[in-house]
Amino acid sequence: MIDWGWVADHLDHVAFRTLQHLYLAAIALAIGFAVSFAFGVIAARWRPVNVVSTAIAGLVFTIPSLALFAALVPVTGLSILTAEVPLVLYTLVILLRNVVAGLQAAPPDVREAADGMGFRAAGRLWRVELPLAVPLIIAGLRVATVSTIGLVTITATLGDALGGLGFFIYEGMNRFFLTEILVGAVPTILLSLVADRAFVWLQGRATPWAPPRGLQPESNA
Amino acid sequence: MTFVTETLAWLTDGDSWVGPNGIPARLLEHVEVSILVLLIAVAIALPAGLFIGHTRRATSLAVGLANVGRAIPTFAMMGILLPFTQAYDPALGFTLYPTVLAMIILALPPILVNTYAGVTEVDRDIVEAARGMGFRGGQILRDIEIPLALPVIVGGIRSAAVQVIATTTLGAILAGGGLGRFIIDGIAQNDDGMLYGGVVLVAGLAMLSELLLSRIQRVAQPSGRGRLPRRPFLQLAELPPREAGI
Amino acid sequence: MSAPARHASGATVDFEHVSKQYDAHAKGTPGAVNDLSFHVPAGRICVLVGPSGCGKTTSLKMVNRLIEPTAGRILIDGVDTAGRDVTELRRGIGYVIQQVGLFPHQTIAQNVATVPRLLGWPAARQRERAEELLALVGLDPGRYRNRYPRQLSGGERQRVGVARALAADPPIMLMDEPFGAVDPIVRERLQNEFLRLQEDLAKTILFVTHDIDEAIKMGDLVAVMQLGGKLEQFAPPAEILANPASEFVARFVGADRGLKRLSLSRVSELDLRPAVIARVGDASAEARRRSATDPFPYLLLVDESRRPIGWIADAAIPSEGRLDERLAHSMSPLINRRTTLKDALSMLLDADVQAGIVVDRTGAVLGLVTADMIAERMRETAGDARFAAVDLETIERAGAIGAIEGAAQPSEPAPT
Repeated sequence: MIDWGWVADHLDHVAFRTLQHLYLAAIALAIGFAVSFAFGVIAARWRPVNVVSTAIAGLVFTIPSLALFAALVPVTGLSILTAEVPLVLYTLVILLRNVVAGLQAAPPDVREAADGMGFRAAGRLWRVELPLAVPLIIAGLRVATVSTIGLVTITATLGDALGGLGFFIYEGMNRFFLTEILVGAVPTILLSLVADRAFVWLQGRATPWAPPRGLQPESNA
Repeated sequence: MTFVTETLAWLTDGDSWVGPNGIPARLLEHVEVSILVLLIAVAIALPAGLFIGHTRRATSLAVGLANVGRAIPTFAMMGILLPFTQAYDPALGFTLYPTVLAMIILALPPILVNTYAGVTEVDRDIVEAARGMGFRGGQILRDIEIPLALPVIVGGIRSAAVQVIATTTLGAILAGGGLGRFIIDGIAQNDDGMLYGGVVLVAGLAMLSELLLSRIQRVAQPSGRGRLPRRPFLQLAELPPREAGI
Repeated sequence: MSAPARHASGATVDFEHVSKQYDAHAKGTPGAVNDLSFHVPAGRICVLVGPSGCGKTTSLKMVNRLIEPTAGRILIDGVDTAGRDVTELRRGIGYVIQQVGLFPHQTIAQNVATVPRLLGWPAARQRERAEELLALVGLDPGRYRNRYPRQLSGGERQRVGVARALAADPPIMLMDEPFGAVDPIVRERLQNEFLRLQEDLAKTILFVTHDIDEAIKMGDLVAVMQLGGKLEQFAPPAEILANPASEFVARFVGADRGLKRLSLSRVSELDLRPAVIARVGDASAEARRRSATDPFPYLLLVDESRRPIGWIADAAIPSEGRLDERLAHSMSPLINRRTTLKDALSMLLDADVQAGIVVDRTGAVLGLVTADMIAERMRETAGDARFAAVDLETIERAGAIGAIEGAAQPSEPAPT
């Protein structure tokens, strides 16, 4: 069923697409994280900003990715921007909520103790609120990373220049060629699972002080 | 701004609204498939979640499966299912089946996890009090745990539903029906009007269903209406609707 | 607690017509405060006590300006706090709250060194100070320094909270129900340990509680506050119990304030009744004769070091031979000179022979105490001018220190 010869012939291409997959995801995550972090610090402090950004994020959320990618095609053509703008947007939307919730996660007694001991506002943010936000920020990064790895595959619909490993899935589907589909799908799934586990591991390492977290129910925007 | 006029033109064109490739037909396909998938997923995940939540048995197995299920990208899932569905049915195995199966698998974790977590999170004192008054296990589940967990359970179904509706769009890549057809065909035929019309329809349907389901969830709240809590993302079951789109 | 032990590292705190009004519409605001004035001398514990919503916590938080007064001044060592830089002010005031507020992401040692770090101490000195303080509050630094707060029990967290507040050796400590979140046994232990610490530290402490017993036990001075932030009475505990200034105070301290007063006096204040004693091996006849001259119908048998062995009823003393341990048929509770009268009375009620044996540190007999003596003492001091206009220097605090060493209390297990 699987054409191993084809796989062997295309190892270079697979490596290339894997790297492409990773950097498409990495760019989106890096930009999304930087923006959501800066914005989250403001939104956590300033309620109107939080309310407005939450509403906008909720709206962006509901738009299916294929629609958002496609919507940009006439504007930005089939360039990398067409892929990255939605990727960054989704990342941002996920991370923003977690950054804000994280920064607000410091219990009232901890804040009060910090104030009582003479922390200035910046000191409290940097030394108390931010460290306590780490678990939720990492949880957000985990969700955003796995989600972005998945979303990169959809960018294959935007043309051969994009798609990462999704290229093989998409082309394989168009050519009715199972081997190629699997060459795209299997590494994507592995990538996603590895990223997921990596963040779980990182979570434990980065926050030895936090109690282990159980399974959480779904939240709704 | 030409695409705006083109979109409006396409949306208002009478031809767009008739025939098997017309908007009503595609919308119906989209909704049909989504509802079918959702029903199957609820039929599997809801009883399983209730069982696990009530008995606290097999929790780690369920948690493990849900975690893996959540981490698998939908498009890749569709890809990996293809060989099997095609072997089963050479015709539909390349179009409808992988999408539907992937969507079912995708819809299971949020429903399962929320049902399980909702039941588990019911205040133990209340359950204890009920037991003390002589409730049987089944009565506790029916009269106490399910009603109190209902908002969380409905929340899970809502997430699953929005994801499923968005994923149905992806079915178009595999020559499936639904509203995604217009997007894929719009790109392929370089028809911006159709492309944007598709985008507008897909986004509109997604938002509409989200709105409708949040209403339902609000009604499920024991106190009647109330603000729904907005929790941060902790796990992948909380993936936003468009993941659905993955 | 006697005065000479004090070298008063604390500062004085003065409230001058301090008020805090809140917007009537605002919900969930803390209690208002109305024209509060009092003076806390350096090195004393002043307890603010009253029902919830009486403004006691608000008053406390106005000292470190977590809440700003709407009127009046608060002076520390005569300097108006309003004029000081707020963060500098707070770094110079220890702050302990009920929920402790330990930083969950930092180790115990890091938590304790928080203020020294803010003050820019060198790392080595921070570490040293943290270890020293952990030991001071009874937590083995080797075991605790690298743990995280969630790995500690409630009582241990409270100790860390106290250590953290003491870290920069502030002259003033604010403590808001610091022992409120732990069970009664742990609370009692923490209270006693804290009082013992305070004997050496001599900080000026403002202490908030809703528990009148805690107020009486912990306070050199007690400020009883009423709803609306009104100060009802500001006086030493004994004065509050003996002469409540108002109906509200009388009700707040409770109908058993007579009994509570017992806990403010110690056995050392009584003129002990001499016991008729005899050593093991003494001649029985001589002992019998001596015992007969005393109205108390028992002879106390002691060992070589005058440590009590037990009572022998006068009638049971043999007319010849030597006294023998087997003659002693019952024993009374042993009482320390620092035992409170309340505890002493309680022990007497349980005893066969209605006399408590007061012993010194070596366990040797000093004398006897009876229920009559205690009752007499209470009659003497009811409305006693000495208690009413009591000089701060002569206040005996509510049995706290005595309780640690006294035979009355369950022995204090070594802090873990």
